[in-house]
Amino acid sequence: MAPILAIAIGALFGTGLYLMLRRSLVKLVLGLSFLAHGANLLIFGVGGLVEGHPPIVAEGETVLVPPYADPLPQALILTAIVISFAVTAFALVLVYRARESLGSDDLDDLGGTRT
Amino acid sequence: MTLLPALPIVIPLATAAMCLATAASRRVQRRLALAGSSAQLVASIALLATVRSEGIQVLEVGSWAPPFGISLVADLLSASMTVITAIIGLATVVYSLQSMDANRERFGYYAILQVLLMGVSGSFLTGDAFNLFVWFEVMLMSSFVLLALGGEQEQLEGALTYVTINLFSSALFLSGAALLYGAVGTLNLADAAERLRGGNVPVYIEGALAMLFLTCFGIKAAIFPLFFWLPGSYHTPPIAVTAVFAGLLTKVGVYALVRFFTLVFPGHGVDVHGILVWLAGFTMVTGVLGAAAQSDVRRILSFHIVSQIGYMVMGLALATPLALAGTVFYLIHHILVKTNLFFVSGIVARMQGGYELSRVGGFASKPVVAGLFLIPALSLAGIPPLSGFFAKLALVKAGIEIESYGIVAAALGTSLLTLYSMTKIWNEAFWKAVPDGIAAPRSAGGIGLMLLPSIVLASLTVAIGLGAGWLFALSIDASSQLLDPRAYVDAVLGSRR
Repeated sequence: MAPILAIAIGALFGTGLYLMLRRSLVKLVLGLSFLAHGANLLIFGVGGLVEGHPPIVAEGETVLVPPYADPLPQALILTAIVISFAVTAFALVLVYRARESLGSDDLDDLGGTRT
Repeated sequence: MTLLPALPIVIPLATAAMCLATAASRRVQRRLALAGSSAQLVASIALLATVRSEGIQVLEVGSWAPPFGISLVADLLSASMTVITAIIGLATVVYSLQSMDANRERFGYYAILQVLLMGVSGSFLTGDAFNLFVWFEVMLMSSFVLLALGGEQEQLEGALTYVTINLFSSALFLSGAALLYGAVGTLNLADAAERLRGGNVPVYIEGALAMLFLTCFGIKAAIFPLFFWLPGSYHTPPIAVTAVFAGLLTKVGVYALVRFFTLVFPGHGVDVHGILVWLAGFTMVTGVLGAAAQSDVRRILSFHIVSQIGYMVMGLALATPLALAGTVFYLIHHILVKTNLFFVSGIVARMQGGYELSRVGGFASKPVVAGLFLIPALSLAGIPPLSGFFAKLALVKAGIEIESYGIVAAALGTSLLTLYSMTKIWNEAFWKAVPDGIAAPRSAGGIGLMLLPSIVLASLTVAIGLGAGWLFALSIDASSQLLDPRAYVDAVLGSRR
């Protein structure tokens, strides 16, 4: 399981970066959300992958006995997903407005902020 | 336990909520923003006074004991930074009353500004890596909106650059926080520091983590070679927004660098400080050279932000008590001075209609504006007896003490070039006669409320210069807290050991 997850994370980061480096505004937003997904899966991965042991205190016990699936990364991912959802929504509107005002989907047509 | 460390976060949140609830009335929003920012200033000063007299303040949010819950930690550095944040927040609100257009005010400018201040204060106060990520996002989200509010084409283009680079940096930060959790099993900074010091984490993992955090905070702080987004976006929004960004946002990146590389990665395993020295030198020099090629006041000043960040990183890189005190002093001095320079450039633009140096002139006949520019400009260049002189003196002295002559030479050279840049603005806007076809500067539409915060910040700059001993004592104490993280760790984890 862990190797598959590692490959998936790598693929997401790689695809995200590749899309961000394209000239299209839409691909830029897609790339950013791929990066966010990659980071989310990474959090999931570092918690350690435990199958079939939910973090529930067994009957008669007072503490969790390992092995159990770490619940904290899932809480973190939930927060991160909400944040990346909001940010992606904003980025989409921004890109839409920029496309309307530029009349083009091409990043090379941006000129006003060259330094 | 006291609730004091939460106030600089809760007050702007409440103010923002009330501003949104009264969105129909600009007048009410303005008063609420003024009242909220004043209250934040009072609360922050109270926090700093408490930290100064009683030591590090820790608030366990929801009474969850660390490392399970989130702790808000106010040491001297954090508390001083919240005070300066509140000062800049209040100054910007007052400045905006007259400089912000009615449309932006109607679309919730004050509410978003308060959210930004909440994010900045939260970043300074949190003691948890993931919580720091969340505060960064709060700050980013509101800065995105402030940057794009108004929707002029130039603004949208600037916002695209800014949003992209910052989201990339956030993804790195999130990955860094994830790997930190994977490596040490905690996100509490004090606890992570303890466990990393224990030496159970292989040095290559510690090194990779340190580099991830260095890169993502480096982007936020705009250090070399990750600074290109800053001069590409900061000149596009209204000047009050640029001023508050210039004062606070990059400094949150610097603060995060200082916090992580004194507390979590103090350089036992990997030699981060050796890399930081080089980065600091290049940041100073490229920033100031970039400024020399510009002719728009806002772009010149934006490049100077980059250059000045180099000095703050220099203090962190040298990591002696004096050098770190220099960094703390520099942070406080720089936030005041930089925001003020943007305020003054906004006043100049208001009186004559532009930021392009070739299209302004004749301001020598306006002694108040001239004086207001001269004080922060000379302070930025480091002329005694203004605040910048003492900040640079501490850093240069620290550099000479440990015989890092290269970085000292870079710092002194950059200082000269900064003076050159400031002279350029002075010659063009103030000394030069009014250019042909441009109206003479006049105070149309009222500039009183724009002058007021500028005068206050300029007085603070002078006061810091004349009473440098007091602030320097504070900086030295903050620096010794940073260099000996025991007190920080004990304050956070003390209750459970």
